[in-house]
Amino acid sequence: MISYIIKRLLQGLLTVWFIATATFFAMHNVPGDPLLNDRAVSEAIRANLESKYGLDQPLGTQYLIYLKNLSQGDFGISFTQENREVNDIIREHFPVSAILGILAVVFAATGGILFGALTAIYRNRLPDFIIMILVILGISVPSFVIAAMSQLALVSFNSLIGVTVIPVAGWGTIFHMLTPALVLGLGTMAYLTRLMRSSMLEVVGSDYIRTAKSKGIPAPRIFTRHQIRNAILPVVTVLGPSIASITTGGFVVELVFAIPGLGRYFVQAVQQLDYTVIMGTTVFYGAFLVFMVILVDILYGLVDPRVRLEK
Amino acid sequence: MSSLSPADFERISNSSEKENISRPSLSYWADAWIRLKANKRALLSLYLIVALLLFTIVGPLIWTIDPAFQDLDQISQPPGSNRLALIVDDYEPWTGLSSSSENGLRLAESATTMAVRLVWDVLPNASGYRVYRNIFPVGEERAYGIPLAEYFDNSTQFFEARLDLKPRRYFYSIVSLGENGELQDEYQSIAVDLQRVTTMNEARAKGLILPNSELTTGDSINLNLHPLGTDYLGRDMLSRLMEGARVSLFIGIGAPCLFILFGIVYGSFAGFMGGKIDQFLMRFADFVVALPFLLFMILFKIAFGIGPGESGVFPMLVALVVLMWPGTARLVRGQILQIREQGYIGASQLLGARTNYLIFRHMLPNTLGVVLVTITFAIPSAIFIEAFLSFIGMGVAPPTPSWGAMSNEGIKNMLTSPHELLLPAILISITVLAFNLLGDGLRDAFDARLRNQE
Repeated sequence: MISYIIKRLLQGLLTVWFIATATFFAMHNVPGDPLLNDRAVSEAIRANLESKYGLDQPLGTQYLIYLKNLSQGDFGISFTQENREVNDIIREHFPVSAILGILAVVFAATGGILFGALTAIYRNRLPDFIIMILVILGISVPSFVIAAMSQLALVSFNSLIGVTVIPVAGWGTIFHMLTPALVLGLGTMAYLTRLMRSSMLEVVGSDYIRTAKSKGIPAPRIFTRHQIRNAILPVVTVLGPSIASITTGGFVVELVFAIPGLGRYFVQAVQQLDYTVIMGTTVFYGAFLVFMVILVDILYGLVDPRVRLEK
Repeated sequence: MSSLSPADFERISNSSEKENISRPSLSYWADAWIRLKANKRALLSLYLIVALLLFTIVGPLIWTIDPAFQDLDQISQPPGSNRLALIVDDYEPWTGLSSSSENGLRLAESATTMAVRLVWDVLPNASGYRVYRNIFPVGEERAYGIPLAEYFDNSTQFFEARLDLKPRRYFYSIVSLGENGELQDEYQSIAVDLQRVTTMNEARAKGLILPNSELTTGDSINLNLHPLGTDYLGRDMLSRLMEGARVSLFIGIGAPCLFILFGIVYGSFAGFMGGKIDQFLMRFADFVVALPFLLFMILFKIAFGIGPGESGVFPMLVALVVLMWPGTARLVRGQILQIREQGYIGASQLLGARTNYLIFRHMLPNTLGVVLVTITFAIPSAIFIEAFLSFIGMGVAPPTPSWGAMSNEGIKNMLTSPHELLLPAILISITVLAFNLLGDGLRDAFDARLRNQE
């Protein structure tokens, strides 16, 4: 197990290096100039700025400097905000995105597992149809539309009861987080529900469930002890990639709900061509996702002994 | 035994009919097609997709209105709204005179989309006035709306609004200002219903009435028809949706076809070569999979750059292909590895088949079913990605309509004209749903193992 973990971590590091390199060279192809303001800058000032940010060095040297800084966890200084380090920006904005993402994953996982199990048990009956219609909506309606619609619904709900219980946008209290997290998790929830449904259908028809029934174990106990536990495994496998899609899906939700997260900041940085912020955020997100997937894989190995043996 | 005659010993005709098996033998594809036809949902979504393609390809030939044309008389009009306009005299400047004898804030003459003329009496303690407009009643919270004008002397008691007038109800308010220009509590508000008007000259210039027409001031005419309404710049929604469908479906169908083609070549090469080359190629594919997808979409798109006047469709296509091929490559490689071990490949090799023949005659055709399923699932995700990126403003450049870009524009006017968001959003949803259901149906049809399951 330990050698497996070490191997996965080394692979992860290599992947992060690949991400960093791809980011670096993609960014250096970007047309446009971050030092070019509305005001014309004189040659001397321009040379000063370039040497300050190391832009007068050859590309290879810049790359080496970049890698060296990166290995020390230093993402550099923002191009557009005076003396602001990218690390500070990430430290300030990432927790917001992380909280939102965690809440969304929790929503998606609990909802997906619960609804999926319910649809399998009530197969072809009313709860199944209702949930599957919601699932189809969750899969086919873009998240920005759901976000906008939920905002509209909140506005009329708040004006109906006269007090603002759940705010329409912004960030701060737990009430601010509920709607965006739900919207963010909805697509993944729909996907997990489908997955859980098909895996649960397999379990429901299996021999050991019939044995458990014939032994006289009450249905709720079979449900929690036998059915859910066995059906949950495929859902756990896709949780890693789901975290990735939820994190990047956060961009839209952060924009619509005016949440000061890293996703919204990234979009702003792209519009301002803030090289270091874009590169820093991309590498940071990339590394985060790579290690989340590894973490889920390792946890999966701990949960399911069959997987460990295969590896 | 005497009943036997020579006729009984005649030979029966030896036609092949006797040998016939009761069912005709089915090819892989014919079998899949029969199963797909039995699946009502998949068939329905297939019809939907055909209808969408007709809408995209044939639609613009029938509905020929230019999607960039701005009908400034009809801005943000919902579908099926009234298009009648009253013909009035040309605009004449106004000096604030009013014939109205009422008190308080009032209209000097009936309000039209050409001009709203307000007059009011002096408010107590007012050293000036500020004029506001809202689309909702002012109410308890004193939501006056948008400030339109300010006067720092209380002698001006009239205001003429000329800008951004739509045929709907507005709430105009005047609020009294203190000596230093601060807002005071005193205000008056009226509801104003605007009548849509046009002048003879305008109507002629736009070709709404013929030169020899008998119509005069006071008559009503019909403005241009917009079956699905107009957007916030007065552009026809139907023609924009068709144009947007071209962009969205071009990216949504073009990109998957390209990256799946690349994935097939890459995957089948790796699978066929095997060994070190296979390992190296697949490790590289793993790296590409690990890239944070949307971040790199944005990154690549800006790296390719969008020059002035370009739509940004091509960079998005390239970025999608660069990032999405590994999934197909893996799948095809797995299939090839599996097929390579099959008996019929060995038999074919034994008969002297060359590598090319093996690949193109046996291996690729047998992976095509899986590939077709992958394409149908890749299309909705590509459409989603396009919509997502255009929505956050990183997709196609503004004048080019795509469904995502139209949603992005529509969400800004969501409260006043929801159709600008809803129409493109519904089209995205229907397309994604149809391709997803078709994909489900195809998967079931091609995969015999899944036939009896959901």
